[in-house]
Order: sequence, then structure tokens, then C-alpha cells
Amino acid sequence: MLKLSLGPLLYYWPAESTQAFYQQVEDWPIDLVYLGETVCARRRDLKLDDWVAIGQRLQTAGKEVVFSTQTLIESEGDLKQLAKLIQRAGELGWLVEANDQSALQLLIEAEQPFVTGPSLNIYNLRSLKKLTDLGLQRWCYPLELSRETLVDFQRSLIQTDSNSSSEHNRQLETEVFAFGHLPLAWSSRCFSARFHDLPKDRCGFVCQQYPDGLMMRSQEAQDVFVLNGIQTLSGGRCNLLDQLPLMQQEGVSIVRLSPQAQDMKSVVMAFDEARKNLQAGLSNTITQIPLHAAQECNGYWFGRPGMDQINIDLE
Amino acid sequence: MELVCPAGNLPALKKAVDEGANAVYFGFQNSTNARQFIGLNFTDKRAKEGIDYAQSRGCKVFCAINTYPQPAGWKTWTEAVDQAAALGVDALILADMGLLDYAAQEHTDVSRHLSVQGSATSHAALRFYQQQFGIKRAVLPRVLSISQVEDLARKSPVELEVFAFGSLCIMAEGRCYLSSYLTDESPNTRGACSPAKAVRWQETDQGLEARLNGVLIDRFQQGENAGYPTLCKGRFEVEGATYHAIEEPVSLSTLDLLPKLDAMGISAVKIEGRQRSPAYVAQVTRIWRQALDAIDSPIKTEQQLHAWAAELSQLSEGSLTTLGAYHRKWK
Repeated sequence: MLKLSLGPLLYYWPAESTQAFYQQVEDWPIDLVYLGETVCARRRDLKLDDWVAIGQRLQTAGKEVVFSTQTLIESEGDLKQLAKLIQRAGELGWLVEANDQSALQLLIEAEQPFVTGPSLNIYNLRSLKKLTDLGLQRWCYPLELSRETLVDFQRSLIQTDSNSSSEHNRQLETEVFAFGHLPLAWSSRCFSARFHDLPKDRCGFVCQQYPDGLMMRSQEAQDVFVLNGIQTLSGGRCNLLDQLPLMQQEGVSIVRLSPQAQDMKSVVMAFDEARKNLQAGLSNTITQIPLHAAQECNGYWFGRPGMDQINIDLE
Repeated sequence: MELVCPAGNLPALKKAVDEGANAVYFGFQNSTNARQFIGLNFTDKRAKEGIDYAQSRGCKVFCAINTYPQPAGWKTWTEAVDQAAALGVDALILADMGLLDYAAQEHTDVSRHLSVQGSATSHAALRFYQQQFGIKRAVLPRVLSISQVEDLARKSPVELEVFAFGSLCIMAEGRCYLSSYLTDESPNTRGACSPAKAVRWQETDQGLEARLNGVLIDRFQQGENAGYPTLCKGRFEVEGATYHAIEEPVSLSTLDLLPKLDAMGISAVKIEGRQRSPAYVAQVTRIWRQALDAIDSPIKTEQQLHAWAAELSQLSEGSLTTLGAYHRKWK
């Protein structure tokens, strides 16, 4: 059966909200949870020990726990934090999701196996093979690539599997980002602080006021992007619920759901029901999640501009 | 420090060489390089002519093959690498790990530079690319501050090249997917950001509108300087406030930082702009050549610096330049 993962929390919620959120996750039908701050080094309400404690509870609840690394590493301080996180994961026997080449290097030096997040660009088989040789166990498919390209990857991987005796290859798992606003860019500038006209190093942690980020609209009120500190996300919410059959058919192992403040449980339940139906050979009857209104998008999946929403009945 | 200049076509390449570039960089006429514009870039024949012209005058030539190939297009990219190697370029500028691996195995003797699209922002990341693919040099993303660049320069296992002048990318390059979200092309996939084919200008009652694949990027009133609708440089609305929510239409200029960059041991400064005209390339190359030559010269005056800055400013987007992330306050 397809596994469900909960991606790293991209927004900055107050510590109590974050703790409460992950406490709920303990009871949800989620197989893997990615933990840690991946956006901004200044967000330190939760210390490494706090994340470890959250992870240990999730582990007790039967989840696989993975630490995610900061996506944009800019300073010596960032590197030190990264090294600490990797060391701790190693001690706990948890995998680390590398979100840039700094993390890759430290993981390789520490001889720890690793997984990669969607912002680590693996666009072709040669890149994938290179990283597999270096200890890659699972990769999250890049956001801007299509299902057609995914099929190219998966079919070649199956071929490699049958021709190869490599232990690594056989274990390699593919994960697809299937729900949530898509993380699309990282800057040294903080756009939440800019909105408040504050310098980044005295930002007052204003991003914490926006549990789902700040919507940036065109002058015609079209949702364009979501501003979340130094990160920019898609204005539309990606939802590939109705694409699970293809994912399963092509050998995808894991489907990633990105946390949002509202209705996350409904999202998880809908995906869970869809994968169970699929497993039972029932047609995928669940195609909608009862959620608060948001512009949805699935364009990337269909090889179109990411913001497009393609109605598959018409495809 | 080397002066590395853009060559969008043969006339621009010749201008850059004539005006004192130490190296020029170019790309082929397809998706394999990150400046894919109509009417730009080189055929094999033109590239050969350009390389002969530059190398016979003591100027190096780098070939940018810095987009990310996907399985279906893989061969186009490896062929571009083979072609550049056969042409005798002095270095390949690459971003993709698979392609770096290919070049390192197949063309051991051709230097490999990590493109800015490779997104290496720490010495650990630089070490990764150096140990795995034997890169000789890396171009740093424009998101680092000058003190961060200084830290990197101290510990870097490879030569460093930094952006000196031209368009300002404010997102970490190579990991910005904004363009393919609004259009179907991004720097990674097609070597294009906010591609011209998706731009529409429209005169309306509310002003001159600039759209990218239908999305309103900005609206200009009469008398306003209507810049190219690069998606991150438009005016948008956030909670009722309409402003340049991401960045103003400005260009990067590090003229003031040159002595510092030199003292840090930075190997090269890069001028952005393969999409610009030969006349632009000539003018910018000339100014930066003078500025570089003057670093150690005691006769350089404040007045001279102002004159260069003013001239560069004329050439810049919106006639405004910024130190960008090099300067802490910008963030």
C-alpha cells in the first residue's frame, strides 16, 4: 500500500501550536513524519531537543521519523546547526532529509544514509544513480517535473533493479509531493519582514502571525504566491488526490502531504481512504476533500504551468 | 581578479574580448543553457569562430550548459558537453549533478565550473561538488552577504567567482521554480525566467498592463518607467497594500566592493547579461576593466568611481543599482 508522509512544517507556528499539532499526528494514519525547521535559522522556538522529543513520541506511535535540514544554508552558524542535527539523527538512528548539497556533504562525511527533499534537484537518472551510490535511500520527486517524466524515471529504475545486484538500488523509494502549497523559492531576504517594513535581523518574528503564510495577490486579486519568511510558495494549493492510481501503478512508494493550519486531519483522512480503496481494488472514489476554499493547482503534474488546474476528465 | 563577460552572440563576444575581458561565456542555441532567448547564443560554427577570436587574443572561453536535463532530453545535454569539449573551451559551466558526473568521467581534461544554478552556498556544499566532480571553480549565488562571501573564501576548496553587475536574482538560483509555476518554463528546465513568449503588454484605462501568461505582474501609470515583467519584480497586493512585495526593478552593481572582493581572494567577477546588446557588453566591459585595473592604483579618485557608477547606472534596469544581498541592510 502507498505510504503517507507528512512533510516538514514550513510555517512558523508558536511552540504550543506545533506541539499540539504533532500530538494529533500521533493518532493519524500517517507512516512517516519529517520534522525540523527547513525555512529560517531565526525560527528557534523549538530547540533540537524539543524536536527530538516530538519525534520520539511519534516513533512510539509507530511513525518513521526523519529530520529535515534547512534549505538555504548561508552562514557558519547554519552549518553548525546542520552538523548537530545530523549527528543527533545518527545517534537516534533516524534518517535525514537533505535539502541542499551542504547537508549531502555532511551526511556523506558522517557515512549516514539519507533521503532528499524536493528542492534538491534530481532531474535525471545519472544524478539519481550518483546519489544512490553515495547513500540515497529515498528521493522526493522535484515539484516542477511532470508525471510523464516520473514514468520515465520509474520505468528505468525498474530496469536497473532487475539488471543490478546493488543493494542500494533495490531499496530506493520514490516520494511525490501530493498536497499543499508548493515551496518554490528561497531568498536571503525575508518577505514577511519586508511587508512589515522591518529589517530581517530585527524581524520581530512577524511570520508567526501568519500560520498559513501571507497571500500575495495580483492587482486583480488573483492568488499568485504565498510569502512565508524567506520562502515563497505557490498561491494555489496542489492536490493530487485523484492521481494516486497512477502513482501506485508506477511504483511510487510514498505520498507527501504538506502541513497546513486548517483541516489537516480531513486531508490525511481523504488520502488514507483513497489509498485503502486503491489497495482493495476499488476504484478511487474519493476525489474531493471537504476543505475551506482555496485555489487548487496541479499543472506541474500534467506538464503545464504549475498554477494550472487541469480537470482530468477532460484530459 | 578575472573579468568574466557575457557573450550572447558573436558580435558581443568580440566586443567583450576587445574591451579587455579575461574570459567570456556563451551557450548553445537550445535549452542546455540558462539564457535561452530567441535569436541568441551560438551554433557550432559561430562558437568555433568566437573561440578562435578570443583564445588568439589571450581571452578564455567558458561554455554554459547549466540547465537540468530530464531523462527524455538527456542526450541533447551530453552532446552539448561533447561539442563544447571538442571545440576546445577552457571550461564548462555546469549545474546538474548528473551532467557534472558525465563531464568528469568523459572529459577529464576540460575544467568544470559549478554554475550559479548549482546553488552552493557553503563550503560544505563546495566540498561536495569538488570531491564528487572535481570542480575547479564555483560561481556563488547572489543571496550571500559580503561577510558570508568572506567566510566562504577563507574555507573554499575551489576558486570562487561572484556576480558583479547585471540582473539581480534575489532567490537562491537553481532552486527557484517561480517561473515554471506561472509559465511552462523555468531556469532549471528551459533556461528561461519569465520568458518573453509569455509576456503581453496592454494599454488599458487603468494604465499599461504587463502580464505573464495572463497573470498581471504590474500596471504602469503614464510617466512611469515600464520595466520588463520579471515575475519577482512586479507590484502585488498583500493584505490591502500594493507594492513591490518581493523586489524592486533594480540591478546589481558591486563596484564599491571590488577592492574588498580582491582582498578576499575572489578569483573572478562575473558580468550578467548574455541577453544584452553588443554595445551594452562593450560599455560595461570597458568600465569594469578600468575599475579592475585601478584596484591597486593609488591614482584612483573618488571622482573616477562616481563617474563609473553613474555610467553603469545609466545601463541598469530602472537606472537603479543595489548591492543586493552583499549589503546586510538589503535583506
